[in-house]
Amino acid sequence: MSFPWANEYKPGNPLTQWLDEKLPLPRFVYNAVGAGYPVPRNLNYAWNFGVLAGFCLMLQIVTGVVLAMHYAANAGVAFDSVEHIMRDVNWGWMLRYAHANGASAFFVVVYIHIFRGFFYGSYKAPREMIWLLGVVIFLLMMATAFMGYVLPWGQMSFWGAKVITGLFGAIPLVGEPIQVWLLGGFAPDNAALNRFFSLHFLLPFVIAAVVVLHIWALHIPGSSNPTGVEVKNESDTVPFHPYYTAKDGFGLGVFLLGYCTMLFFFPNALGHPDNYIPANAMSTPAHIVPEWYFWPFYAILRAFTADFLIIPAKLMGVLAMFSAILVWFFLPWLDRSPVRSGHFRPVFKKFYFALVVDVLVLGYCGGAPAEEPYVMISQIASIYYFAHFLIILPIVSAIEQPEALPFSITEAVLGKDESATLAPAAAH
Amino acid sequence: MADHAGTEAVLPQGAEGAGEGVRRRDFINIAAVSAAGVGGVVTLLPLISQMAPSADVLAESSTEIDISAIQPGQAIKAIFRKQPVFIRNLTPAEIEDANKVDVGSLRDPESLKDRTKEGKENWLITMGVCTHLGCVPLGAGEGEVKGEFGGYFCPCHGSSYDTAARIRKGPAPKNLMVPEYAFTSDTIVKIG
Repeated sequence: MSFPWANEYKPGNPLTQWLDEKLPLPRFVYNAVGAGYPVPRNLNYAWNFGVLAGFCLMLQIVTGVVLAMHYAANAGVAFDSVEHIMRDVNWGWMLRYAHANGASAFFVVVYIHIFRGFFYGSYKAPREMIWLLGVVIFLLMMATAFMGYVLPWGQMSFWGAKVITGLFGAIPLVGEPIQVWLLGGFAPDNAALNRFFSLHFLLPFVIAAVVVLHIWALHIPGSSNPTGVEVKNESDTVPFHPYYTAKDGFGLGVFLLGYCTMLFFFPNALGHPDNYIPANAMSTPAHIVPEWYFWPFYAILRAFTADFLIIPAKLMGVLAMFSAILVWFFLPWLDRSPVRSGHFRPVFKKFYFALVVDVLVLGYCGGAPAEEPYVMISQIASIYYFAHFLIILPIVSAIEQPEALPFSITEAVLGKDESATLAPAAAH
Repeated sequence: MADHAGTEAVLPQGAEGAGEGVRRRDFINIAAVSAAGVGGVVTLLPLISQMAPSADVLAESSTEIDISAIQPGQAIKAIFRKQPVFIRNLTPAEIEDANKVDVGSLRDPESLKDRTKEGKENWLITMGVCTHLGCVPLGAGEGEVKGEFGGYFCPCHGSSYDTAARIRKGPAPKNLMVPEYAFTSDTIVKIG
């Protein structure tokens, strides 16, 4: 679907006319990301991050496919093959650093994209499906990133794999057989490494497919915007091309500056030095930490130190960690406020920023060793995290008095909207 | 389409007294789809089963270890099923510490006696795999911290085990697992 005033694709020459009859791919592109897709005129830079996430996915697929040409998924040689990439393969060092830092960049971009959604209520009707698909993409990203981190077969790779597959061991009765089945052995070894490589190669393409669904679902209602007021007429929109191709292009340039700074000047800043030690099943690193993008969830996992009723602490931690993401699936129904944008929700806005701080605190604790005061801080921060979604959001959306919304996007941008005075007349 | 099916249905219904609205073609449809469905599900079996440990992994399932050189108070790390196993020669003080504890008060109630062999109470043989998330606890190697209960300490999430390798503090739900083992002689123990 698009708005009735969307520009129509007109093939300009015999070749595109012929193509338009046989396989209207140019028409599809024109209507999806070209001049045929009207977009709210007031999108700010927070709306750049969807395109940036798409760029990161492509970056990861391209660098990943070429790395796979040199990597050997065998526990005996995996570590050495990564060093071979770093030292012997032409440009191998750059490709590997681009891929490793690309993963971090991808998560930075996606976290901003998600928190954009939190603030502007992007998950609210009629865009629930876009949100749900987004959560699915995030879960797939986490699985892919985890398995990718195992492949270099360093100490953090090995022990990360052991700890994460150990999570399944927390399931009562069937947990241990499931863990052995997932690993294909009693501890991570060749079988586990090979299947992780296979899945690490496959999942990005599954992500790409879900991204297609995500964008498809987006194009039905069209993009939301910073006011949260729906598009009313043509003056509220501009064509995606050239307006947002240019704006996204500029954003991409800024992103690449940051990304390339990391890639060329601090390529190991986000990695853990222990992963340059080959995997050793006999010795656990002093403290196992996952990659930074998992820290908030890792903190929630470790926050449970005592049994809760009949549920052992270990299982509680695992359930809480997964629930921390699964709760996002219910977000469209937990936040019942009809006002989308946080700009017009004075109470919500304060709690939103409290959540941002809370997640940063969790992230800090997740990267810290499992000792006091970090354990207690993560316990408090975990409670607050769930309270935000399950208690604060429903209550705030019920009692909050939102500020007055602009009549339309045009009014928000220009200060007045001609159709605002015409609309009541037209209604009669 | 629907009309055709309708006229065909008249005959069998009248002839065989089948139930209202049930046609012979319905039976064929259900039978065909069910057979295909069962066949499809069965093909999942090898796809799922291939992920379980392969024969060569299962074959490496027992280890023999010489324990003659382990002095009281010392421990070694051996390998069993690609995982560490701790063999510890307890001192009389450590045995006493373990026996002093009220078993009923433990998270995973077991006495030292339950966890060792008759007459070999000084030999504590456990997996070196934390029951929380599978890290190797410290305490078996020379100079490693043993945690506040004098047994093992897992650095990952802070689980502390006592001198009978029982969980005393931290997130781990169970005591360090005692593998199946037997003394084949005074100095050789066979694990697995």
